[in-house]
Amino acid sequence: MSRSIKKGPFVHYKLANKVKAMNSSGKKTSMKTWSRASVIFPEFVGFTFNVHNGNKFIPVYVTENMVGHKLGEFAPTRTYRGHAGSRKK
Amino acid sequence: MARIAGVDVPDRKRGEIALTYIYGIGRSSARKILEKAGVDSNVKISEWNDEQINKVRQVISENFKIEGELRSETQLNIKRLMDIGCYRGIRHRLGLPVRGQRTRTNARTRRGKKRTVANKKKATK
Repeated sequence: MSRSIKKGPFVHYKLANKVKAMNSSGKKTSMKTWSRASVIFPEFVGFTFNVHNGNKFIPVYVTENMVGHKLGEFAPTRTYRGHAGSRKK
Repeated sequence: MARIAGVDVPDRKRGEIALTYIYGIGRSSARKILEKAGVDSNVKISEWNDEQINKVRQVISENFKIEGELRSETQLNIKRLMDIGCYRGIRHRLGLPVRGQRTRTNARTRRGKKRTVANKKKATK
């Protein structure tokens, strides 16, 4: 089921505040976040987030196309490099 | 044989069914098209007159995205996902199911035909 429209898209409030502060001060530094469930807002474009994947922080540079996706979608939590012996491509 | 929307030539079937041979048109949109064009959905295409065929063509071209155009749109959507490097895009790249289905077994549609992997020799006692 999709989220109620009344609530609007979810963003962790601290993250939103940080972005707002940085936008108004004009500084752009990368920031760590654990909030993988936060939706990427148009204001986030151009920032680099270090998104936690459960192990370390994956740098995610936000571009225009990413708006509407969630931060966690860009920091995969599982590692899989193929099985031994199955070598192709 | 009637030619509607470029390539498709369905005939000898009821309008509602025949239109579904076009990529991008299913039963419900076929019904909508016929309703708009004022054609009875039970009449076979072979029994349509030129006027009706033209009307249907017109309705389709005005309101529906079909065939090549629709295919390229879906491809573009997938490409977008792959380019931004999100989870769904990665799954598309790997040719694995995108929507969280299990892959321990099944998932044959996405993964293609089974390729057996030579199994390890059993340890001798």
